[in-house]
Amino acid sequence: MNELYLLATGPLLWASFAVFVGGSLFRLLELFLLARRRERFLFTYLSLRYSLRSIGHWIVPFATANWRRHPVLTVVTFAFHLSLLITPVFLLAHVVLWDEAWNVSWPALPDAWAIVLSLIVIGGCVFFFVRRRVTPEVAYVTSASDYVILGLTAAPFVTGVIAYYQWFDVRLFTLLHVVSGEALLVAVPFTRIRHMLFAPLTRAYMGSEFGAVRHARDW
Amino acid sequence: MPETKPKGAHPAVDEGIERGIAGLTEERIRKVIRRVLSGETGARLKAYVDTCIHCGLCSEACHFFLSRDRDPAYSPVGKVKQTLWEMLRRDGRVGPEFIKQARIVASTHCNLCKRCAMYCPFGIDVAYLMLVVRRICHLLGVTPLYIQDTAHSHAATLNQMWVKDDEWIDTLMWQEEEARGEIPDLRIPLEKEGADILYSVIGPEPKFQAQLIYQAAVILHVAGVDWTMPATPGWDNSDMAMFTGDNEIMGRLKRAHFETAARLRVNRIVMGECGHAFRSVYDVGNRWLGWSMPPIPIVHAIDFYHELLEEGRIRVARLFEEPVTLHDPCNVVRGGGLHEKARAVVRRTCAHFIEMEPNREHNYCCCAGGGVINCGPPYKKHRVESNRVKAEQIAAAKLKGAKIVITPCHNCHSGIEDIIHHYDLGVETRFLGDILYQVMEKP
Repeated sequence: MNELYLLATGPLLWASFAVFVGGSLFRLLELFLLARRRERFLFTYLSLRYSLRSIGHWIVPFATANWRRHPVLTVVTFAFHLSLLITPVFLLAHVVLWDEAWNVSWPALPDAWAIVLSLIVIGGCVFFFVRRRVTPEVAYVTSASDYVILGLTAAPFVTGVIAYYQWFDVRLFTLLHVVSGEALLVAVPFTRIRHMLFAPLTRAYMGSEFGAVRHARDW
Repeated sequence: MPETKPKGAHPAVDEGIERGIAGLTEERIRKVIRRVLSGETGARLKAYVDTCIHCGLCSEACHFFLSRDRDPAYSPVGKVKQTLWEMLRRDGRVGPEFIKQARIVASTHCNLCKRCAMYCPFGIDVAYLMLVVRRICHLLGVTPLYIQDTAHSHAATLNQMWVKDDEWIDTLMWQEEEARGEIPDLRIPLEKEGADILYSVIGPEPKFQAQLIYQAAVILHVAGVDWTMPATPGWDNSDMAMFTGDNEIMGRLKRAHFETAARLRVNRIVMGECGHAFRSVYDVGNRWLGWSMPPIPIVHAIDFYHELLEEGRIRVARLFEEPVTLHDPCNVVRGGGLHEKARAVVRRTCAHFIEMEPNREHNYCCCAGGGVINCGPPYKKHRVESNRVKAEQIAAAKLKGAKIVITPCHNCHSGIEDIIHHYDLGVETRFLGDILYQVMEKP
């Protein structure tokens, strides 16, 4: 177990960060080069002002007609994504690890908050899972990969909460937490979790088209 | 994972499609799909397919989905799943029956209205994806018969309706003669080099709506506009090839149109009340030819009427009395932002204006656009049944008193007329030009 833990927190950790950062950059570069080679005109239409106008509306809850149509989904979506991004960065245990390894630190969340945020992420995954099962238009387009993504996202939070409360075998769950977190990072460039990389770009392009060419709102 | 097909989708007896698939082999299908996906598409397709998180939030944007009792096969993403996702997943290994179904979905279950792009959190352009599917089907020779006929007409005559060169000139002279009964010194100037404006129309106007040319001539004459129409092919601004996937013909048409305007050395092209033609000259065709924006400024009729009224070149003698409501055509509203100008024209010409809900960019499509109505009678029942929400929208405006639906777009006009008849709504449609012609001061 110890060897496994050392492996997971040593070489695997390095590898997962490298794949996450390198893979994400590669995906973005690949898309950029593809656009340059085949659809250079896309850059002609990109407008910073209208990109920001569009992104600005869509990253604010209830600022678009469709967010207002789905109040529950909107609240869950925003709470889920914010918690998903905030928790791993500001969790005290993680900040301590950064401090020990690199001598860098930043303010950390109180543990109670981190637990609440983690539960929000897990709850969000459950919500999305149920929505995929019961909403016909979502079920129709759901594939196995959608459940895999949900599982990958929930895993580090579920194992993290279990390890924090030292339920079951704490060493096992700490190990599972580390490995599942690494799996999630690695999955970003290789699954549709890469919407975290591409969504701002597609939104920016549509915002630019609507703003600069079509003179219409896109929210 | 439900794998249902769209409910209520007719077993289309469409000779164009049946004959098209009869000669297909899996090998050819695969070759064409690969050619389009690897040769004609790029970052947009990749980003749209990779980014879509399958959330279904586009569904409620779609009038098909809403009108067909929320059948998931009619949601925008559901249509992508039935077509492009499968082609990608199976790396082009699909059969003729699949191509038939894909053609029907892409060409008759989607109006390319782009409302869903406003409802997708990522701004995924499903209309673009449906055009990619249409492109593949076109290259495979699988196209609904009626719209293929109009595309053939475009290819042979450079207009949509098989109007012959002499018939075009004859129709203009006929309308000039008619209009001179009302305004004796009116002319429809032909081939006037150096005129300020080229006035262009769609093929159906000379074919069976010649009175619209009459009305436009009266408006242009009274406003003192220095205008002309061409006596050569290139007068038609419409474009069904754009909707079949025949981009090459689309490019030829737009080139002929712009070159005709350039030959006559006009400053601007003013076009009649057509939405898809506006899309083709302002958005799609010009880009295909390599112009980021149209090489000669394009002014849609709504914009032009607005300008004439604002500048006082047309004055209103008496307001239109019957209460009106306004349909926002997708191609000039989500495609050109003319919604406020359309309202300004309505308010200047009509005494009672009642808004439809939702309106402006959020208005529901007429379900005729995107070439759907042009796919002809085999799809008509499906088309009108797929826009119950539009009927409900119009009925709600009628309850508030509206008697006239102003539809400043040819496709919308016909589509909404079909809806009014099918649902027995008891209102009438008018073009904005009909109203303006009726209420303006004439000499």
